Amino acid sequence: MTLKTFGFDQFGFLIFSLQWTILLTVIALIGGGLLGFAVALARTAQLKPVRIAAATYIQVIQGIPVLMILFLSYYGLSLAGFELPPLVAAGASMTIYASGYLAEIWRGCIQAVPKQQWEASESLAMTRLQQYRYVILPQAIRISLPPTVGFAVQVVKNTSITSIIGFVELARAGQLINNATFQPFRVFLAVAALYFVVCYPLSQLSRLLERRLHAGSSR
Amino acid sequence: MSYTFQFGVLAQYQDQILSGICLTIKISVLSIVLGCAAGIVLSSIRSIWGGTVRFLVDAYVEIIRNTPFLVQLFIVYFGLPGLGLRVGADTAALIGMTINLAAYSTEIIRAGIEAVHKSQIEAGEALGFTRFQIYRHVIIVPAIAKVYPALCSQFVLMMLASSICSAISTQELAASAAFIESQTYRSFEIYIAVTLIYLVLALALRAVLAVVGMWLFGRRVARRTMTALPEVQA
Amino acid sequence: MPEVVVENVHKSFGALEVLKGVSLSVGRGEVFALIGRSGSGKSTLLRCMNGLEKINSGRIEIAGHALGGDAKALRKLRTDVGIVFQSYNLFPHLTVGENIMLAPRIVKDVAKPKAREVAREVLQLVGLSEKFDSYPDQLSGGQQQRVAIARSLAMRPKVMLFDEVTSALDPELTEEVLMVMEQLARDGMTMILVTHEMGFARRVATQTIFMHKGKIWERGPSATLFADPQTPELRQFVKSDVK
Repeated sequence: MTLKTFGFDQFGFLIFSLQWTILLTVIALIGGGLLGFAVALARTAQLKPVRIAAATYIQVIQGIPVLMILFLSYYGLSLAGFELPPLVAAGASMTIYASGYLAEIWRGCIQAVPKQQWEASESLAMTRLQQYRYVILPQAIRISLPPTVGFAVQVVKNTSITSIIGFVELARAGQLINNATFQPFRVFLAVAALYFVVCYPLSQLSRLLERRLHAGSSR
Repeated sequence: MSYTFQFGVLAQYQDQILSGICLTIKISVLSIVLGCAAGIVLSSIRSIWGGTVRFLVDAYVEIIRNTPFLVQLFIVYFGLPGLGLRVGADTAALIGMTINLAAYSTEIIRAGIEAVHKSQIEAGEALGFTRFQIYRHVIIVPAIAKVYPALCSQFVLMMLASSICSAISTQELAASAAFIESQTYRSFEIYIAVTLIYLVLALALRAVLAVVGMWLFGRRVARRTMTALPEVQA
Repeated sequence: MPEVVVENVHKSFGALEVLKGVSLSVGRGEVFALIGRSGSGKSTLLRCMNGLEKINSGRIEIAGHALGGDAKALRKLRTDVGIVFQSYNLFPHLTVGENIMLAPRIVKDVAKPKAREVAREVLQLVGLSEKFDSYPDQLSGGQQQRVAIARSLAMRPKVMLFDEVTSALDPELTEEVLMVMEQLARDGMTMILVTHEMGFARRVATQTIFMHKGKIWERGPSATLFADPQTPELRQFVKSDVK
């Protein structure tokens, strides 16, 4: 690259790279959502070994740096003989990271549904699956919206870590531009501003949902 | 898969690993102390003064909480020299972590302060406490006791996030791992070992914080500290 | 053949034995009232009858089903045994109509139009036809409890269990719920109720059972039991109720 100053073209490149940040966030939330949902169900399962396994998974993921998850997926996958583009390693690690946190958030939401709802539905002869499907989850999902949106902010920010293995998202794009322009203050402020533009509305939305949940009815 | 794991190679590099662990602990502990202190001060002045001061504190909190830690580090490490402030990688890491943690601590303690009931303040007044005494004993100490578990979760997250400082060449644990990897190419073994070290550090830090919590606030707070999980609400 | 048989049932929570060998038998169409102080084991006994609590020993047979089988057998039992709780426990995210139709639809595979018809019928029975599309939080406590009764009735149970269903209600709301229950009793439903409403027990229950310290302390036709208590404990209990 022969960029000299941080101008319109460079800003355009940042905007372009922001798409990868957002794509990675979406991958993490969908993948981590599916995996995390399974772990959350396992965490509230009736079998104790299943509960313990799920709790251990959550504790481990929450007890190690996202960077290490990234390195382990990056080197682990290539060790298994896959020559993979950084997007796959980045997507895989963000998925694992998100699953550990979403599982715990959602476990809390499932357990926030009063025990009597389980008893009432059980007494109406529902199977456990039917209880989840028709009675517990609809209520848990409502409770889960504010913290889930709040966590999405963390995911957006943490996708920046994937720049360390060379995945070109917003933070990496900033580094590349800085290497060419040597205007770090300006470049990284612009990068920060773009993150802020994505994250701040999400933070506010989470707060709004939180207030609505507490103000509104239990419906 | 014909790969054979060779953890033995790590033994040669235990000095690097140890020095990495030391720096990780050092910058984590320092940033926790400084960030928490700043959080107490900032949440206090925002609750005492209103207006512009509160707006500035809130803006600071929102800006930090809605931008990535990595980018904050870049601004400190690469950006500040442009303004005439040259800082080393370790100092930059410490500054970045403190700035980040101060914002989160402010937000968490603010929530604690807002949960203190008016009636308790009135009770303090009725007992003839001075304003400073009321602030200290009736507001800030109960507020921190209430949110101490959430604060500790944030401290643990910060310790884990200190690994990101390796990106600005701070020679902490993750950087040690990268260095050993570059020398030996035993990437997987090294990162598994270092990941386990982080896991142990996280558990140890939580245990230490629980002991501190017990000493400061009693057994109940300490127990909640061990089981608390990170705040995820924005 | 009796509709409910309880034989020498023991139940402990940890070291605490709450049921110490309880036996009773309820004929079809009978109404049994379980009375006693809190901690006497009456609610636990009721919850054992539909498997919400597992018994340690003894035998319970209800509506032709024996307790103690697998999950499937327990569900089969529960389609024939309704229970209403003190805290109503309606599903807050569903309308009154949906609350009532849910179990018939998914458990008994009743077609939607038929389920709707049944829902309207049981709602009319509890006098809340106009609340079909309301949400639970738009109703008073008494109305919610009547919906909870209707929700149980929609499963066409053979036995209904009531666990202190009026304890959370104000006196004027209590009355409307008791009237619904009295109507059910007149219609021939087999009912077992844990209650603090002595007047209601005396008037509606065919038999009243006084429980004390995990045992059936005294039992008999409601009229005689209240008029002529044999044990000092029941005398004390009846006296303390007449305030």
